Amino acid sequence: MEQENILEARNITKVYPGGVVANHNVNLEVRKGEIHALVGENGAGKSTLMKMLFGMLAPTEGQIFVDGKEVHFSSSSDAIAAGLGMVHQHFMQVPSMTVAENLILGAETGNTFKVDRKEAVRITNELSDKYNLKVEANEKVEDISLAMRQKLEILKALYRGAHILILDEPTAVLTPQETEELFEQLKLLRENGHTIIFISHKLNEVKALCSRMTILRDGKTMGTYDIADLDEQEISRLMVGRNVSLDIEKDEADYGKNIFSVKDLVYVDYFGKTRLDHVSFSIRQGQILGVAGIDGNGQSELVEAIVGTLRQQHGTITLKGQDISHAPVRARQEAGISHVSEDRLKYGSAPKLSLEDNTISKVYYTSQLKSHGLIDKKKVSAFTNRILKEFLVKYKSSKQAVSELSGGNVQKLIVGREFDYDADLLIMNQPTRGIDVGAIEFIRKKIVDMRSKKKAILLISADLSEILSLSDAIVVMHEGKIVGYIDDVKKTTENELGLYMLGVKEDSRERIGGAYCE
Amino acid sequence: MDVLQDILRTLSLPDFYFAMFRSATPVLLTTLGAMVASRSGTNNIALEGTMLISAFVGVAVSAFTQSALIGFLGAVFSGFVVSSILAYFVLKLNSNSVISGIALNTFASGATIFVLYLLTGEKGASTSLPSLTLPSITIPLVKDIPVIGTILSGHHILTYAGLILVVVIWYMFKYTRLGMHIRAVGESPDAAESVGISVKKVKYIALSISGILTGMAGAFLSMGYVSLFSSGMTAGRGYIALATQAIAAGNAVVGMLASLLFGFCQSMANYLQSSSIPLQFIQLMPYLIIVIAYTIYCFAMEQRKKKKQFREADKKK
Repeated sequence: MEQENILEARNITKVYPGGVVANHNVNLEVRKGEIHALVGENGAGKSTLMKMLFGMLAPTEGQIFVDGKEVHFSSSSDAIAAGLGMVHQHFMQVPSMTVAENLILGAETGNTFKVDRKEAVRITNELSDKYNLKVEANEKVEDISLAMRQKLEILKALYRGAHILILDEPTAVLTPQETEELFEQLKLLRENGHTIIFISHKLNEVKALCSRMTILRDGKTMGTYDIADLDEQEISRLMVGRNVSLDIEKDEADYGKNIFSVKDLVYVDYFGKTRLDHVSFSIRQGQILGVAGIDGNGQSELVEAIVGTLRQQHGTITLKGQDISHAPVRARQEAGISHVSEDRLKYGSAPKLSLEDNTISKVYYTSQLKSHGLIDKKKVSAFTNRILKEFLVKYKSSKQAVSELSGGNVQKLIVGREFDYDADLLIMNQPTRGIDVGAIEFIRKKIVDMRSKKKAILLISADLSEILSLSDAIVVMHEGKIVGYIDDVKKTTENELGLYMLGVKEDSRERIGGAYCE
Repeated sequence: MDVLQDILRTLSLPDFYFAMFRSATPVLLTTLGAMVASRSGTNNIALEGTMLISAFVGVAVSAFTQSALIGFLGAVFSGFVVSSILAYFVLKLNSNSVISGIALNTFASGATIFVLYLLTGEKGASTSLPSLTLPSITIPLVKDIPVIGTILSGHHILTYAGLILVVVIWYMFKYTRLGMHIRAVGESPDAAESVGISVKKVKYIALSISGILTGMAGAFLSMGYVSLFSSGMTAGRGYIALATQAIAAGNAVVGMLASLLFGFCQSMANYLQSSSIPLQFIQLMPYLIIVIAYTIYCFAMEQRKKKKQFREADKKK
């Protein structure tokens, strides 16, 4: 039986002014009352397609139909009027205003001279109850959690009468528990007759939530499928164009010497808040130690203390028997630390500078790049091209700016630079956050390669499946403390880690002490 | 000790407080203007030049039309025009607002002298132009109350306008749709745009309001207590307003208090001119006090920001 298409895009092509073809003859058919997944790697054209559906961009060619009628949106307002709502990845909210004020912004209650705030609060509570999306109407947005901000974003769309909701990577900012809650709420919306387009590249989520999916690759539709008909392997293949496996094969652990340890690390910030609370652990050669935890529980401070950008008040850091507790940053690098930071555009690279400048940023002062005491451009070029090729970075010229690369390629460049440095300790802080599946696979394989080369690896990640698939041992951090130590990763699950992360479960001191050895 | 006595004696004079309001008026109006622009996300550096041009236009128009009202309207309109030029640079050509603002300021100081010379043959002041002033108002009943009557009654019409506008601007930000849109546009333009608010339009409206308020300040300078334009007569008040609006952090009432602080210092400086302190130092005081006040403010904000940052980090747990 043919079901009614509530939203349809036919042969959409988008060519950007620069001549980049972001969408080429893309087709999308969304049925009324379904949760439809739109999947694809970063740069596959998902965002471009959604912007056209939402009136933020005009298609170069092709037609869009809503409820069977062709529409021509000239702005988001037109799309909103036609019943579309978009939940952007970056929340479109004014932090200093309250939840209720944000809800009504642009479609205010009351009149020109007096905005009716009471009415706004009433509407907020009413919608919140109706769709079971709990928000605090009178709290300022800057004071509420990311999960609540997301609910507000959905409510905003509903307030404007949306019955087709587009959610752009909504789970990127949520914990596993919050994600589950969101899924329940989305299912409730579906039961209420709403249609949802769910953009994601997390395949397990797509499988858990959606009924059908459309896959995009390189700006083209790879088809629309019933999710039940495909397994994750096949979806990955359609997305990436080849077989991808995120379950990285690893050899049996073969540890060498214990080469890195931190002992009793304490860091108290300017306001007396303890960020690191007697953190101790050690890592052996050929071992990957995973650090799990909800963002902001001391992981960033831990990494900063190790690389030397933050000074701990107490505790020692030892690398290869050398005390580096108070050494400056470069001395620590030279002692054998490489670091892939969590924010690749803020700390990991200088986006406006060239690929060459960014690739040599750790070694520019060494003799390997110099001739007659000056930096030798040819050597720089050769050095950069070697690393970029080895790490499969897609680039046009080694002189182009880093900001022109996609997230996955920037990350590959950074990983390439750090892995080429020949360090003994590799700190990988959120190495695959927000990058496409192909790049994730590649970087994870490289991490495992380094493990085989007997490097000690500290892996911090919010992605529990990453921690579980790569780590040989795991410590879980909660409020600056290590609350769990798992030495046999095969015996634990995401749920168990979740309990540690939320502070519900805590191991005994003796057990946690096992993370550290002399 | 003489100085201290002078200060104490000055503080006991009702006339001193009257002068405080008078000195505060141009800064107050400009502070409100700076505030509206700033909350919409544009720093209007051109206030100084806007005020100067408005002061000049007020004198010239009132002299040629022999109507104080038309002169005043001319001053206000020129404020609107200058801010529209700034808006064209910043909103249409996407230029840097600081650089455009400085350009307008330097243009204003040169252009006013040039046109003054064309009109009068003089470069310093418009003494030969028969320009007019706007009236002062005595408030019935209030004027008869001792002390308070002396302080509050008999002020220039624009001083009262300034005080009323404090309430108007405060109300606008707190309750009206436009105020809400200006805040949204200034704080998160993307969020405003996504709910159908035209960011450029709102910013343009805000800059226009800013220009009109600053035009009123210019008119006060040249059509208030003196009927005269002299070159550079704004004497940095436009920049002072940037500091007072920063201290106010978007709150019109605090903006008024900060302006009164400036008025207090300036009027004190006037009263102390006959004391033993060197005149130059006394004239420096109002500016110095505002710089100090701004430094204290920034320091306090920095502390608050840090605290907030950590509170945020805590919440993520």
